[in-house]
Amino acid sequence: MAKRVAIIGTGQTHHKSHRPDVNGQELINEAVKRALQDADLTMKDIDAVVIGNMDHFEGINYVDCWSVDGSGAVMKPIIKLTTGGTTGCTIAIGGYHIVASGLFDRVLVIGWEKNSESDTTGAITTAFDPVWDRLVFAGAISGLAAEAQAYMARYGATDRDGARVSVRDRKHATNNPYAQLRKEVTLEEVLASPMLADPIHLLDVCPRTDGACAIIMASEDLAVKSANKPDWIWATANRHPYSYLGDADYGRLTSMSESSKELYKKVGIREPRKEIDVIELYQPYSFAGLIWIEDMGIVGHGEGPEYVWGGNTDMGGELPINPSGGVISCNPIGATGLIRCAEAAMQVMGKAEGRQVPDVKHAISTGFGGCWWTDMILHGSEKPEY
Amino acid sequence: MDRAAIIGVGMTRIEGNKKTDTYADMAWEAVNRALEDAGMEMDDIDNVVTTSNDFWDGRTISCMAVGDASGAANKNVSCVEGDGTFGAFYGLTRSLSGSYDTTLVTAHSKGSESVSSLITNAAFDPIYERGLGLDMVSASAMQARAFMHRTGTTQEQLAMVSVKNHGNAMRNPMAQLAFKITVEDVLNSEMIADPLHKLDCSPVSDGCCAVIIANEKKAGKYARKPVWIKGVSFCSDSYHLGDRDLSRSKSLTAAAEKAYAMAGLSNPRKEIGLVELYDAFTYQELMWLEEMGLCGEGEAGKLLAKGAFDADGKFPVNPSGGLLSGHPVIAAGLIRIAEVVKRLRGDENGSGAKIGLAQGTNGLCGQSHCVWILGKDK
Repeated sequence: MAKRVAIIGTGQTHHKSHRPDVNGQELINEAVKRALQDADLTMKDIDAVVIGNMDHFEGINYVDCWSVDGSGAVMKPIIKLTTGGTTGCTIAIGGYHIVASGLFDRVLVIGWEKNSESDTTGAITTAFDPVWDRLVFAGAISGLAAEAQAYMARYGATDRDGARVSVRDRKHATNNPYAQLRKEVTLEEVLASPMLADPIHLLDVCPRTDGACAIIMASEDLAVKSANKPDWIWATANRHPYSYLGDADYGRLTSMSESSKELYKKVGIREPRKEIDVIELYQPYSFAGLIWIEDMGIVGHGEGPEYVWGGNTDMGGELPINPSGGVISCNPIGATGLIRCAEAAMQVMGKAEGRQVPDVKHAISTGFGGCWWTDMILHGSEKPEY
Repeated sequence: MDRAAIIGVGMTRIEGNKKTDTYADMAWEAVNRALEDAGMEMDDIDNVVTTSNDFWDGRTISCMAVGDASGAANKNVSCVEGDGTFGAFYGLTRSLSGSYDTTLVTAHSKGSESVSSLITNAAFDPIYERGLGLDMVSASAMQARAFMHRTGTTQEQLAMVSVKNHGNAMRNPMAQLAFKITVEDVLNSEMIADPLHKLDCSPVSDGCCAVIIANEKKAGKYARKPVWIKGVSFCSDSYHLGDRDLSRSKSLTAAAEKAYAMAGLSNPRKEIGLVELYDAFTYQELMWLEEMGLCGEGEAGKLLAKGAFDADGKFPVNPSGGLLSGHPVIAAGLIRIAEVVKRLRGDENGSGAKIGLAQGTNGLCGQSHCVWILGKDK
């Protein structure tokens, strides 16, 4: 019989473009200490550790083994999960299953990346098929630009629509002391910023970041005894299809629509727009804030821009998205999905301070990566009804 | 632990260079063999865990290359980076978490496309250790010396591990290096890193393994008699070699003790009838056996010389031929699990064992270990 699982503590570093003052292990340690402090626990209370990042960014092999000096996992079980950009969400889902299995009661989940030490695009490029994909289309931004162009052609959206999402997230980031980029921008500034890959301007995309995030997950008995109001994990779902880059349905994120349908079906959500109170979306560039909420079933296909322009996804709107400022304000890749999870948890726990959405009953956090991949977690303030 | 079982296993032949196979080709072959073994269709699999390593594959997000070939395109899927025993552990938790009943676990690598000295050098501290040129072989040679010094284990005893395991491989159609050799052959083979001769070292290999895990609800529903998972535990020691007593493996002792306790084994030396362990180098078979408490300190070499670990004896160790006869990194631990399963089921020479142990390792000189106790009976 499955056991209920909750997040009982979160911690993250103050994310920056470059942290020359710490090495990777020390960066990890900052996030771990904050998560333990938040949950009022010590490392002795932790039964097992799940860690994730992308190897080729820092060039460290067997990161699980290397990391123990920073994570405190010496003489504890530690396991590494990694799935590219989705890693942060993948490891949270990993923590969930490991606790739900009943084999461990308290699990520490750590995501980290020191992108200042990496050739980010170079490393991402090697993900793709060496013969067919790598030379022509690989890397992150080219694929995203193709998606945005396809979406604009299909549904008549414009680069102003994308810029509107950027304005929203960059404004939200000013409420988040941990975000890397905390400066409001105007639509005109976004559109006037350098063009990186048409239609994506510099201010439409995420930065490169050094940062780490940690969360603590606990079984039901320990969660209810926790110092914090627990954030209950209601359901998880993901899809990681990949054949070749040309197989994707550009302008739609199939992995997101399939994961969402599974997630809603598991818990009986019929009208996600009304039943979800806040979303922390792994949105590496602004146009994803239009497209992927359609695939998530929040609005119909082609309706994303109108919904966003109406202020519905702003703080105070019907369904605030990325109160943290999201990925375009901060992107330590292996940690990014876990930051979404931690921020969603903080919303449910009522610990989001200046970026708190009132009275959150259900939150969704997502991960994006690989080749149009999606990971999703549904969070809830009450114990799940199963 | 709630009950779960392994209900199907499949693997490719282990070869030095599978020139005509991509990672996906290897995964496809192993997965289909596992499905066939279990009497299952891909639709019977609820979710998938692949196991790979970006360094060994020379690809970022190395799981991308095998997901579709592992049938994961329309399923929930995840990826463990590390030895296959760790991948299988995560697969087990997914079958116990209430989300899925059946989990397909795969693990692959192609040593033929890798430069192992550079890849394992990248596991050392980038500032203090990498520049020394250390790699898995040189570090393991130091560990072998430390172990021999503490226990009095001899070079000849190490060589006997190689003789036994390559000989055992002659009965394993999947093995890469199956041959009859003598202690002298091992001692006369090229010195790679003192005290490790070439025949003390496992080869460079290509291969993939797949294992299907089911919870109790589904374990008995398919063709095979389930092999039950009695205990699983893993543990990591300190990172820097200098922070450890290199002649010991504290983390292996801890993992083994916990796995025995989970399985309810009070006298594992008697109760375990079969061991498949991670013998990347000859000394590791002896050292891991001692550190798991399966024989006394300094006794493994002497017992080996008496034939105590022979495939036809009461306590066979690496009857498949072990890693010395084929070492596709990452897959190697999952292959250990599969070999134990096959022998407990009785489809390979199994010596009638009821309980078997499989062990895998991550990191340098056995920093992190995973120990599995599998049983024929519920």
